[in-house]
Amino acid sequence: MPETWLLALAGGVLIGLASGGFYLLAGEIAGITGVVRRAMSGPERGWRFAFLGGMVVAALIWLATADVAAATAGLETLSLPILIGAGLLVGIGTDLGNGCTSGHGVCGLSRFSLRSLVAVGVFMAVGVLTVWLVRHGGLA
Amino acid sequence: MKTLIAFLAGLAFGFGLLVSGMSSPDKVLSFLDLAGAWDSSLAFVMGGAVLTATPLFLLARRRAQPLVGVAYDDPDRLTIDRKLVIGAVLFGLGWGLAGICPGPAVVNLVLAPGKTAAFVIAMVAGIMLSARLRRGGA
Repeated sequence: MPETWLLALAGGVLIGLASGGFYLLAGEIAGITGVVRRAMSGPERGWRFAFLGGMVVAALIWLATADVAAATAGLETLSLPILIGAGLLVGIGTDLGNGCTSGHGVCGLSRFSLRSLVAVGVFMAVGVLTVWLVRHGGLA
Repeated sequence: MKTLIAFLAGLAFGFGLLVSGMSSPDKVLSFLDLAGAWDSSLAFVMGGAVLTATPLFLLARRRAQPLVGVAYDDPDRLTIDRKLVIGAVLFGLGWGLAGICPGPAVVNLVLAPGKTAAFVIAMVAGIMLSARLRRGGA
């Protein structure tokens, strides 16, 4: 079993290469919020579908060759109301705030965007608070 | 050409999420759970990603245009407004409830469609609802 932090770092480097490389080569921000939103409607939908297609192919290769249970651990215990409620909040929040962990978190911080720094600070803090309330605050 | 580059970037991005463990709600929630058995690994994901991407963004900044394509498509919003903060609060709330953000939602839709479909359908509905509210002048 390889060290988890090493895998985390390797995965992070891959994500960084994809985001930074895509901006350097194609001039576009690889934020998943924006990619999904503008694949739904907007100009230049082609490359956005291709980007999502690449992610889907990566997942298909993983499905055929690697450990799916570990990659999705915890998903099986989430209830339908939580999945729906969280999905709605993530959809509305990322649209209003114009970004998520990739757009603000990876691209924004790498571009030294103050807007993204604020967004990341806020969603991290609220995420931590939410988990604390659910797991330790008697809301479970 | 841009389409091919986008596909390859998406491929690397998807593998990055899977290799790092970011696709697992357990890992994400354990990272956010500072008071529990804290799992630091997602700090390495974010740190590794930002440290790798920063020199590439800096390199891009020194060039007048991207290697393929005519212009950089930078975000046009620059101000820190109420919408940004409210959006980040709602996103943080959803992320903290399920441990799923949009990127992992895409790869998990392939790995575990049964569970992830509900999240993704709700997420798309949320995006459409928010877009509608924004058009209404909110």
